[in-house]
Order: sequence, then structure tokens, then C-alpha cells
Amino acid sequence: MILTGAQIVWEMLHREGVEVVFGIPGGAIMHTYHPLSEYGIRHVLVRHEQGAAHAADGYARASGKVGVAIATSGPGATNLVTGIATAMMDSSPIVCITGQVASSLIGTDAFQETDITGITLPITKHNYLVTDVDDLASVIHEAFYLACHGRPGPVLIDLPKDVQQAETEFVPPTEEVRLPGHAYIGVSDPTDAIARAAELIDSCERPVILAGHGVSMAEAETALRQFAERIDSPVAVTLLGKGGFPASHPLYLGMMGMHGDAQANRAIQEADLLIALGMRFDDRVTGDLSRYAPHARKIHVDLDAAELNKLISVDVAVHADLQRALLDLLPLVDKRDRKEWHEVVSEWWEESRAVDVINQHDEDAKLTMPHVIDAIRRSTHGEAIVVTDVGQHQMWAAQYYRFDRPNAFITSGGLGTMGFGLPAALGAQIARPDAEVWAMVGDGGLQMTVQELATVVQEQLPIKIALCDNGYLGMVRQWQEMFYDKNYESTRLVNPDFVKLAEAYGIRAWRAGDHDQAASAIDQARAHRGPALIDFQVVKEGEGGNVYPMVPAGAALHEMIRRPYPTKVGER
Amino acid sequence: MKRTLIARVEDRPGVLNRVASLFRRRAFNIESLTVGHTEEPDVSRMTIVVDSTQSGAEKVAQNLQKLVNVIRVEDISDMPAVTRDVALIKVETPDNRTRAELMQIVDTFRARVVDVGVETLIVEATGTEEKVDGLVDVLRPFGIVEMVRTGRVAMVRGKNVNKGESK
Ligand SMILES: Cc1ncc(C[n+]2csc(CCOP(=O)(O)OP(=O)(O)O)c2C)c(N)n1
Ligand SMILES: [Mg+2]
Repeated sequence: MILTGAQIVWEMLHREGVEVVFGIPGGAIMHTYHPLSEYGIRHVLVRHEQGAAHAADGYARASGKVGVAIATSGPGATNLVTGIATAMMDSSPIVCITGQVASSLIGTDAFQETDITGITLPITKHNYLVTDVDDLASVIHEAFYLACHGRPGPVLIDLPKDVQQAETEFVPPTEEVRLPGHAYIGVSDPTDAIARAAELIDSCERPVILAGHGVSMAEAETALRQFAERIDSPVAVTLLGKGGFPASHPLYLGMMGMHGDAQANRAIQEADLLIALGMRFDDRVTGDLSRYAPHARKIHVDLDAAELNKLISVDVAVHADLQRALLDLLPLVDKRDRKEWHEVVSEWWEESRAVDVINQHDEDAKLTMPHVIDAIRRSTHGEAIVVTDVGQHQMWAAQYYRFDRPNAFITSGGLGTMGFGLPAALGAQIARPDAEVWAMVGDGGLQMTVQELATVVQEQLPIKIALCDNGYLGMVRQWQEMFYDKNYESTRLVNPDFVKLAEAYGIRAWRAGDHDQAASAIDQARAHRGPALIDFQVVKEGEGGNVYPMVPAGAALHEMIRRPYPTKVGER
Repeated sequence: MKRTLIARVEDRPGVLNRVASLFRRRAFNIESLTVGHTEEPDVSRMTIVVDSTQSGAEKVAQNLQKLVNVIRVEDISDMPAVTRDVALIKVETPDNRTRAELMQIVDTFRARVVDVGVETLIVEATGTEEKVDGLVDVLRPFGIVEMVRTGRVAMVRGKNVNKGESK
């Protein structure tokens, strides 16, 4: 079968199981777009290539499949960069295909030429510049393999125009991928390390399991639950670990880190053993490293050897697939009942609940974003897919929407990319058409990728957008309030009328400024079959406008700033 | 402390760039890096010397190993190995007396004179870096006009294990 490079692209995407791609055409990729309709693959036309990369990322995180983004050369390709870096930091499997100027022009500063493989070298798991059409099929096959095998990540394929146009006999690549270097990564034998880990676990009194993104990536949720129950250890989760262990489980300890739950941070600081599973001790998780978990021995299990002993030197490093490691550990550890430890922990829980803003039953309490998220959680029975942008609302979404299932909380953790929320939600809705998808976004971040509202309408996606309208770049403002003498330098936003804006795009919208309006808007938005936006006008500053607890920069986890108690929200 | 890593890599365009980019990005310091062909077609071999602790070198190795085109990395610092550095050193020889003196020194170091010019000669020295350093120190007073060194290449003694076939 003689095919052009362009046809090989779609033929191979089809063979890799791709049903949808996100992109924008342009001069250097038009040739690839031309035969698209012959292949039955859905193309979602985004309004900015950053949106294509985030949508592919959201699609990947919601579906567990590889997301695909397509862009033209030069500015199209560079617009992908933020999305690629976001996917890299959160180990999200996406494949980006970019057009490139013709091979003969590469290196001449041709129109819309940019060295995208050079630019993305440090932010892709791997990338390719295809110079021979005969390599194309196997490169695409390899790219999909790499994106989702081992530690997942973004892969970019740069396709010169002449390669797209060239014709060749299409030879389907063999199923098996020959990558001698990549194959080597899984090789070490963890048996000894697992035995030593079991010894530490059996001899400890106050363990805490730290469950990261690796739990859901390794599909180790069940193994984790069995393991935690057997050793009777509380489980704290990272931001991306949410849903890897059910929030409703009695052993659930909450989220750890800078805006983690107080009981989780306190338990970590008091623990005599940390069992870190598929997480990487990010600085947002540890606070001051030198005073992190000072009494604890540490076991670290990760698929990526380079993560072991990177920031924290551990007592036992287990380089292994997490599910495998947990299943191997299970028969080696004693069944335990750690009543005393649980009593201590539950006291901390009680204290946390007492100061929690949503437990302040105040008749005329002003609307805060925690209340909004709690109301959405109750209305949706905790079963929605929540996709967030970055800022205060993101932390509140993590704190107040409780996740019992994996792949239900989609957020930019490692890079903290504002503008991620809306396009990622769009991708998630396409991946899970029957799920209820809520995008929780800020008034700052929404406007970084707001043009994707048009994509939402064009694709008729019924996503619900909960806009945290606090008139500020809230997370930065909070730091200014707490650490910069309330000098709100360059953080106040003069906003558009978001209801009118949404309506201009053809999206139903409501405004809610108090609890009743919020409840009714949530009901109406959920009942509406199409896309909907609710502009929640929430408390802007002070106690109800700040995220608590907070571990200030340079502080240790136990030095977190707690919400003042008792509190009357919205005063000041 | 200097650590020596050996990396077998796929012989493709851009691989050196990927390795160099990794060192820059992770702020690892390279002392020297040499690349060349190996006994296998399509496989090149890098000898990388880093100024680092053992655990630092391990981090370098683990990160290198993550590069798709890197087949196998090994820290050979603690293994019995042959290491060599090659230097070409151009020295001033204003008169016959200094020339004779130089020839003697070169002999003592088991180096070779590979070119004799009107007022200069080129010495080729092969050996461990320490030996080459020693020669350079002795030649310096004569006036070194130009020098080039390859940096360390290394090979483990006995049946080499750095092959990279994963089981
Ligand atoms: C692209 C990008 N630029 C800047 C920042 C720094 N930053 C982090 S949070 C934040 C404020 C976000 O404001 P908003 O979207 O209104 O959310 P809020 O915190 O008010 O909920 C900023 C500017 C970032 N994370 N990403
Ligand atoms: Mg805001």
C-alpha cells in the first residue's frame, strides 16, 4: 500500500487506538490535515495550541490513554511548550505532532521555522525529528510506546513538510519496540529491598503511608488498600495522589504539604516510619527538608530510579512497579492493630474539623469558595470529575471535594500552570462523555485560556465551570496579605462581566453571591444539558479568603499557619 | 572527587546534545567527556568524568539512563580499569641544546616526539592523567605554545561487563 507521510500519520494513529486529536492547522502541517476525513478520527479545533496540549493532557489523565495534540511549525509549535512542560512535570502521556519546514530549509531561518526538538529537549520524555518517510511509522509506534510505558510523559514528533508529502510503501511496524536503553530501566531486582522494607514496617509504631500519583498510574489502588489495612497505617495523599486511596476510608489521613490537612502534616512530623509510594518529595510536600519527618525512617518505592534518594536519603529504596512491590510486600508484613496511633491521629482530626471554615455555622456567613466546593460535592455526591486551574481555588478543590476514585481529580501539580483548567476539562469531558465534569477555575487563570469556551461550544461539551471570582490573583494576594504587609502589588483584577462573557460564547451562566444563590445556581447548571458557567462571587480576603492551613516558605510542616479559631467568615 | 562513568549510547544525530543538555539542566559538572565508536556498529561510547561524590555520580548515571538513546551507564570508578589520556603538546625549541634536553625528558616519560619544526616540536603523550600532568609540568618552563588533550577514556580490566544487554 503506497501512502503519503500524511496518510501514514493517520493510519498509525488509528492503529494506536487514537479516536480524537486536539489541534490547529497551519502552513507546515496542512498536508497532514488534508486526508484526515478518510480516517474517522475526531479532530477538536482548539483556539490556542496551549489549549491543545492541555486538552490532550486532560484527556490522557481522565482516560488513561495517550492524548494527542497537533500544531503547525514555528508559533504553533512554541505555543505547545507550556502544555508539554505541564505534562512532563506530572508524568502525563501525550504525543505532540508538529509540522516543520521542508528538510531542505531546516537551519536556514525559513518562514515559521523553529527548532522545536531543541526547545522541547528538556521538557519531553523523548522527541523526534523525522527526516525519512520510511522511518515515520516506526517513530509513531515508538512515540506511543514511550509516552505510556515506564514513567509516562510527553513525546514530540516534528514532521518536515516534504516528509508529509513523500510517498512510500507503508509497512506496519512490528508490535515489539526495540529500545535497548529504555528496556534497561526496569531491570533491578527489588527482592532484598522489599524484605528490608517489611522488617521496618513490622518494627514501627507510628507509620504513615504517603501515596502519590504513582498509585493510580500503576493501578495499585486495591493493592494499596489491602496493604494499608493489613499494617493498619494511616494514608496521606499528595495533590496528584488524590483518589488513589478513598477519602472516605477510615485510614485516610488527608492531603500532605503546603496546603495539606493539618492532621496529615502533624502525623508525618511525628511518625516513626514513612512509606512513600509513587511520590517524589516535592518541596511543596516536604516544607523545610532538613526538619522533615525528623523521627521517621523512610521507605521509598518508585518506578523511576532517579527519584530514589534524590532529595531525601531513605533507609530502604525500592526500585519497582508499585503494584508489584505492594503485592510482594503484603504476605511479608504482620497484620497489626495500631489503636494508640489512631487515637492520637483522631484527636488531630477533631482539631482540624473544629477550625474548618465549612463547619462555622453562621447564619449570615458570606459565601466562601470552600462552601461552594462543598456544595458542589454534596450536589454531585462526590462523583464528578473535577478539573482545576491553579491558585487558591485549586487548593480548596483539593481540600473540599473528597475523592474516592482515581482519575477524578485533574490538576496541574508539578508545574502549577495557570490556564490549564478549562482546556484540560474539555479534554476530560471528551474522554469521559458520560461523566459530569466540573472545571474549577480562578478569575485570573480562566482568562489565560478563556478562548477555549468557543471550543466547548463548538464541540457541544456539557462541562460545568465553577468560577472562583475573588477579584484577585488570589494565591499571590494571600502571600501579600500574610507576608508582604498587605501590599497587593499587581494582583487586583478588574474583571469582565463573566456572565455576559459566557453568554457571548453561547454558554448559559449564573451569578451567585450568597449561599442560596449558589445552591440554586448549582442545581440549575447541573440540570442544564449543555455547558454552564457559574460566577461565584466569594469572599476576597481575610480568613474566608485565605487557604488554610499553610506551611510558609522555609517552615517545617508542623509550623503551618492554622485558621484562627473561632472565626466569623467575611468580616474585615 | 572524580568519578568515571561509561555510557554506551546509540550512534545517532543529536545524542551528544541530549547528554550535554541533561548535564546542564540538572546542574551536573562535567570534567571531561569523550565520544567514539565501539566494537559494535551503531553504538558509541562515552567516557564521562564528573567531579562528584559517589551518590552524586549515581544520580548522574540514573538520569543518563533515562535518556532513551542511552543504552547502559556504569560508574567504573571503583573497578580495576585502564584509563588513558592523550595529549599533543607543542613546545618551543630555540636552540639545539634545549632540543636535546627535551628529547631526554620525553624519553623518560615514554612520550614521543611526533613533529619537529624550526623552533618548535610536538610531543605526543599517552597515559593516565597524572602521568600526562607530570609531563606538562616539566615541559612548562620550556614554553608550551599549544596543547590539546582528549580527556579520559577508560576500560574495565578483565571480561568487560558494560554491554548493556538487558536480560
Ligand atoms: C502561567 C502562570 N503564571 C503565573 C503563575 C503564578 N500564580 C500562581 S497562583 C496565581 C494566582 C491565580 O489567580 P486566580 O486564577 O484568580 O486564582 P485564585 O488564586 O484567585 O483562586 C498566580 C498568578 C502561575 N502559577 N502560572
Ligand atoms: Mg482569583
